[in-house]
Amino acid sequence: MNKIWLSSGVLNSQLAKTGLPLWMLGLGADLLWADMNRLLAFLFHQGVLDEQFLQLQQLQDEASPNFVSEVLNIYFHESEKLLTNLRGLLMEREYKKMEIHLNQLMGSSSSIGAKRVTNVCVAFRAATHHTNRAGCLHALEMLEHEYCYLKNKLHELFQIEQQRALVAGVRYPEQNQNQ
Amino acid sequence: MESQNNNQNLTIQLTALVVDDNKVNRKIHQKMLDNVRVKNLGVKNGKEAVDIHCDGRRFDLILMDLDMPIMNGIEATKELRSMGISSMIVGVSSRCTEAEIQKFMEAGLNDYHEKPLNIAKLSSILHMINPNY
Repeated sequence: MNKIWLSSGVLNSQLAKTGLPLWMLGLGADLLWADMNRLLAFLFHQGVLDEQFLQLQQLQDEASPNFVSEVLNIYFHESEKLLTNLRGLLMEREYKKMEIHLNQLMGSSSSIGAKRVTNVCVAFRAATHHTNRAGCLHALEMLEHEYCYLKNKLHELFQIEQQRALVAGVRYPEQNQNQ
Repeated sequence: MESQNNNQNLTIQLTALVVDDNKVNRKIHQKMLDNVRVKNLGVKNGKEAVDIHCDGRRFDLILMDLDMPIMNGIEATKELRSMGISSMIVGVSSRCTEAEIQKFMEAGLNDYHEKPLNIAKLSSILHMINPNY
């Protein structure tokens, strides 16, 4: 990567591989940070996420820099298995087994702050208690919808975070001592 | 004297066992404990929790989930107490019915918290074990 010099306030910049002047990449990081915060605020406002998601983010540190994405990848993997099983169990009217799966999904969803998914799980569980097949089917469809929406939005968040980290990771070499 | 007490506090290390069949919850609870320097281990059901104690391991704190396959939290808590385990056992579950919580407490819990656990709840639990922590 080419060096930049700061001399008497004049930027003598060369281009990074992106084609952007290197000094602009810092601004890009700020804009991406703003995008990320806007998306998070939107998800909180819509009730998709709750405060528990912030707790999750706070657990991430230098010792575990990818902690949030690791947790969410486990969550996605486990949730998709549970949702597939739920559909099968509903077809077989296995309400007790469905309740066990729902407790699992509810537990992990509430732990990551997935508020709307958790709420649908609660309603679904109530329908299984009443062995209400139509109610369960409706709840399952809602659950699949909410889960897909959550997953898409969290992926969007990750993409912005990755771009921000990439841009923010541009290092500015030391100022040329001779100038 | 004060600096000696401070040094003792620095060397205190609590230990914890996280008993939960849910991978997400186990990972989160273990990370919470890591972040407050509580040495910890995770197991995925009550039977594994009992087995680890049969092997001679002891923990200051056991975070016990309720609904688990093979051996649930109530059965595991009863078993551990019958073995003479005096660790602080805190039940954690997403179940809300009073009857189930009561049954869980009667098995031998010291405390119960509804999931999700957060840093504030964990701090209050650790403070109960050691006020200086």
